[in-house]
Amino acid sequence: MSSVVLSQLLLGLINGSFYALLSLGLALIFGLMKIVNFAHGALYMLGALLAWLMLEKLGLGYGWALLLSPLVIGGLSALVEIGLIRRLRHLDPLYGLLLTFGLALLIQALAVMKYGTSGQPYPVPKFLVGADNLGFMILPRYRMWVITASIVVCLAVWAVIEKTRLGSTLRAAAENPRLLEAFGVSVPRLVTATYAFGGALAAFAGVLAAPMQQVRPLMGVDIIIVVFAVVTVGGLGSIGGSIITGFALGIAEGFT
Amino acid sequence: MTSAGRQRIALLVAVVLLCAAPYVAYPIFLMKVMCFALFACAFNLLLGYAGLLSFGHAMFFGVAGYASAHAAKVWGLTPELSIGFGVLVAAALGAVVGRLAIRLAGIYFAMITLAFAQMIYFYCLQTPFTGGENGIQAVPRGKLLGLISLADNYSLYYFVLAVTLGGIAVTYRAVHSPFGEVLAAIRENEPRAVSLGYHTDHHKLIAFVLSAALSGLAGGTKAIVFQLASLTDVQWPTSGEVVLMTLVGGIGTITGPLVGATLVVMSEDLLASLGGWISVIQGFFFVLCVLLFRRGIVGSLAHWWPRRSSPPSSSS
Repeated sequence: MSSVVLSQLLLGLINGSFYALLSLGLALIFGLMKIVNFAHGALYMLGALLAWLMLEKLGLGYGWALLLSPLVIGGLSALVEIGLIRRLRHLDPLYGLLLTFGLALLIQALAVMKYGTSGQPYPVPKFLVGADNLGFMILPRYRMWVITASIVVCLAVWAVIEKTRLGSTLRAAAENPRLLEAFGVSVPRLVTATYAFGGALAAFAGVLAAPMQQVRPLMGVDIIIVVFAVVTVGGLGSIGGSIITGFALGIAEGFT
Repeated sequence: MTSAGRQRIALLVAVVLLCAAPYVAYPIFLMKVMCFALFACAFNLLLGYAGLLSFGHAMFFGVAGYASAHAAKVWGLTPELSIGFGVLVAAALGAVVGRLAIRLAGIYFAMITLAFAQMIYFYCLQTPFTGGENGIQAVPRGKLLGLISLADNYSLYYFVLAVTLGGIAVTYRAVHSPFGEVLAAIRENEPRAVSLGYHTDHHKLIAFVLSAALSGLAGGTKAIVFQLASLTDVQWPTSGEVVLMTLVGGIGTITGPLVGATLVVMSEDLLASLGGWISVIQGFFFVLCVLLFRRGIVGSLAHWWPRRSSPPSSSS
């Protein structure tokens, strides 16, 4: 009995890992920019696609992908923020939502044109192949890694936001950007960095997802609507809320 | 000549052209354009005049399609009754969703409507009467009022034309009425409208239900025209498409959504040979419109040419 419950719990945690990572980025971006980033699913997909490309074209393995893909996508996100989203800063945030929605369509469609809708397999990295017997279930080692990585990253981000000076600056910018600027902090730079970091988190989740499912241009579409539900339930812009809701929804899915 | 007189002449010319159109272009294609034009017009009633961005309008469009198709095929109702049933279902759904959604504004409103639309989509995917992935196929077009057969594309065209013009006329009346003025007041400054004694929630709910019902009118008509109700119409890309149509044409104008819908449907048709590039082009135009042409085509024309068109709307 309890072993069944425990194994369902673990399975749920795997889905929850992705929900939590993605909704964490969305919550960060929403908190500061008041924009629901519709392009988040596309960035997640690009992260996975980049990992696959690095393996195919450059022979760079999983470890490199885990490091480089978020960096590249983070840089790309920064460019998108500076070049496009910033122009809408003084308008109704709904225009930001529409812009990122258009960007998502564009990125998705370009990826489909280049790689088709079918998936590309991505091998599980050698050092994570195999499964461990936990007594109540046999868990593939890669899944254990996904859960661990997600929990560690989420906790780290939460700790940075809540406990450090950088985090309090971020929260201040979300609360009252004009006052913060008066104190000499460059809020636009902070916004760019936040959007880039949110994109990097999405790419990180994408790389984590690559060996578990095939790398498909439409992989972002399937997950993003669920993640929207997570951030809305967790309270738009709430960091802790989105992490907890992400894992909770994954677990709820595991039991149903 | 007064601008009202000029408008009346323009309207007359448009109606004459529309009556002649099926002899020049393919009637089915024109009917598709009209259904989407009406849909975009209904959507714009909410976005352009009440300032509420719904990201789930496909639920009304698609569900009314299913309801009308079911009424026509299984119950054997006449087309006008089938479509009427679709409108009723869409309006009822709009009343339920609207009551909950209008408590929120801005981004939150968009998210909650998207969430409801996803719920409805999964319901339509699972429930047996919609036929799942297959949809409801081979819906009979039937006889209008039990008398006039609509099997012929030309007679159906004039029926759809009448429905579309009727729907647009309702929107026009609603917008250019005291009710429409109150909606504009709510859009511009809701607290002030409240302080003037208006029950803003009440007005917003009416606008929401009206928009849902008109979207249902478009969806039901489309189901009869294509003899098909499918999952595509209830899925979120359709919600996105109607936003694109309205944005391209011009938010907050009566003719904007009609122009936008025509352009989007036409581009899909003309560029069909390009396959997936259509989505790329649509995405590109979406981004371009948001960044550079937030007034849309009609809005920009009205802005640069103020005396010759309808008064420019203030797109926020």
